[in-house]
Amino acid sequence: MPECLKTVEQSPALDEGTHMSQNAQRILSNPKFQELVAKRSAFAWTLSIAMLVIYFGFILLVAFGKEFLGTPIGSGVTTWGMPIGVFTILSAFVLTGIYVRRANGEFDELNRQILEETK
Amino acid sequence: MRAATTRIAATVAASAAAAGTLLPAAVHAAGAVDGAVQKQATNYSAIVMFLVFVLFTLGITYWAARRTKSAKDFYAAGGGITGFQNGLAIAGDYMSAASFLGIAGLVYANGFDGLIYSVGFLVGWPLVLFLIAERLRNLGKYTFADVASYRFQQTPIRTLSACGSLATVTFYLIAQMVGAGKLIQLLFGLDYAIAVVVVGILMIGYVTFGGMLATTWVQIIKAVLLLSGASFMAFMIMAKFGFSPEAMFKAAVDVHPKGVAIMSPGAFVSDSVDTISLGLTLMFGTAGLPHILMRFFTVSDAKEARKSVFYATGFIGYFYILTFIIGFGAIVLILGKDANGAYPFLTAAPAEGVKAAVASVIGGTNMAAIHTAHAVGGDLFYGFISAVAFATILAVVAGLTLAGASAVSHDLYASVFARGRANEADEIRVSKITTVIIGIVSIILGIAFENQNVAFMVGLAFAIAASTNFPVLLMSMFWGKMTTRGAVLGGSIGLISACVMILLGPTVWKAVLGHPEAIIGYANPGVFSIILAFVGIWFFSITDNSAQAQKERRDFEDQYVRSQTGLGAEGASAH
Repeated sequence: MPECLKTVEQSPALDEGTHMSQNAQRILSNPKFQELVAKRSAFAWTLSIAMLVIYFGFILLVAFGKEFLGTPIGSGVTTWGMPIGVFTILSAFVLTGIYVRRANGEFDELNRQILEETK
Repeated sequence: MRAATTRIAATVAASAAAAGTLLPAAVHAAGAVDGAVQKQATNYSAIVMFLVFVLFTLGITYWAARRTKSAKDFYAAGGGITGFQNGLAIAGDYMSAASFLGIAGLVYANGFDGLIYSVGFLVGWPLVLFLIAERLRNLGKYTFADVASYRFQQTPIRTLSACGSLATVTFYLIAQMVGAGKLIQLLFGLDYAIAVVVVGILMIGYVTFGGMLATTWVQIIKAVLLLSGASFMAFMIMAKFGFSPEAMFKAAVDVHPKGVAIMSPGAFVSDSVDTISLGLTLMFGTAGLPHILMRFFTVSDAKEARKSVFYATGFIGYFYILTFIIGFGAIVLILGKDANGAYPFLTAAPAEGVKAAVASVIGGTNMAAIHTAHAVGGDLFYGFISAVAFATILAVVAGLTLAGASAVSHDLYASVFARGRANEADEIRVSKITTVIIGIVSIILGIAFENQNVAFMVGLAFAIAASTNFPVLLMSMFWGKMTTRGAVLGGSIGLISACVMILLGPTVWKAVLGHPEAIIGYANPGVFSIILAFVGIWFFSITDNSAQAQKERRDFEDQYVRSQTGLGAEGASAH
């Protein structure tokens, strides 16, 4: 492996020439690109954290709130654990939906403008 | 659990991981059936329906073969799969026979706890969407190694990624083959060896002739069949109770030996480190499985890649809710008397006034869903669900085989041996030859491992994916200071530590090799090997000041722009 590490090879993706690099520089300095990346990253991380909080919240209840999860709702046998578990599953779907809606709409429109301006 | 409250933080995290996870790797991906099984009477209606499925999918393979000309067609179905289709195919790839039968069996045996596992398997998907999917699509071409090696030296990173992919695929495939053999023996009454050979030959056929296009459609059809079958079962079960979950739960509590305890979480968590470890492994392993990552290159752009995950998450989540209903239905239908006052699915009727034991179900708890199909839909539907279980295995192994063949032809052959100078026709030929070899090897291994406990192999596959593929891929996309040296050394440390720790741990050293005590006490190495891989990548990158390393860091800007905007990304084929 050390021999391999010394040979200088380059990815075909970057061999296509310098135009990619010039375009990349123009995009990097485009304020719309800064805006896109800042907004999209913040949104993605917020949703990731939301998913983790919901999941770990559920798990913490499983670990430390067994009595609560096992408490019947009203007079039947159905416990609070059931709707809470189903809510956790649904939340995963809803969060992906929220992300895709904004990313494929607002963010992709911004992205399209950036690529347009770079041509 | 309570005894551990002195170290609350650690325990909390442990329980958290436990939740997703306890038995899961095995339930999720390995054979649905462990241990010796009794060969059943030949099930003709299942065989006929399975033959219809095979003929239909071979027809699709013929159609796909005529449209598969270029390398892009072969590896990525020409990039022309829509987000919706890909979402179904991902679901078809992810919902294995074992997760259907295993989770329904778990709910049947333990009630609520089954839901905890389902949740654990699902929550990794949103993270794949938010952090990985669109970057992967923008940067890659056919394999995740395209992305991992984007701005680095091709030979070392592709070699490492190919090793990681092949190891993951091989272990996963052996577990699937052995599971398939046993399941088919049980459902169809066919010999184990015949079942394994049939699975092997069909998967070679789909992949060699039809490439990714055929594989995708086999997965889509399987997903539709499985979701329809499971929906029908859940509907019939709910109809029995006037669509009242309360009525269903009440009936289940009345006949289950654990009584009302099935409505709340049971006892979890054995060792806190082990459970954290398994949780990490499953979450990150899913994001490092080469056959799952490869699916993102079949769509035209980042927009469709995002839609794929949205639909996949929806289908998979819906499927887990169905298996939960089916599991509770199984409790009532298997452990309770039928209309004639008999117990048709138990090995022996319980004594008067005693509740039936969960384990007395014919064929073991993993058969709970199959018996339930019989109870709600009669012989014909029972045959249908058996055929769907077989089809499910085929769809999963076809995806695995294609991912393994691509690692050899696209990463090793075209980029490493031929240094990018191989022509497409050669590359496809190598891929097809590799497919045949992988097929034959997995038939041989499947037969050789018939009587072995292969559950550890799935754990190993996930551990390698989480400790090698995932850290290198994630860091290559997010961390501009990573260098070739850091990626190769860090990834190798992850790979080696995961393999060695599993070898010396209780699952192999003690259970398989028969030593009295394991050298390493943890069954799941993830928490160690994943952290070692990340630390290794970080350390060997920041200490790398070679000219090559400087260049790689400068190239990150190009990669960053492309990963965010898709500038210069691979589009779909014209046709």
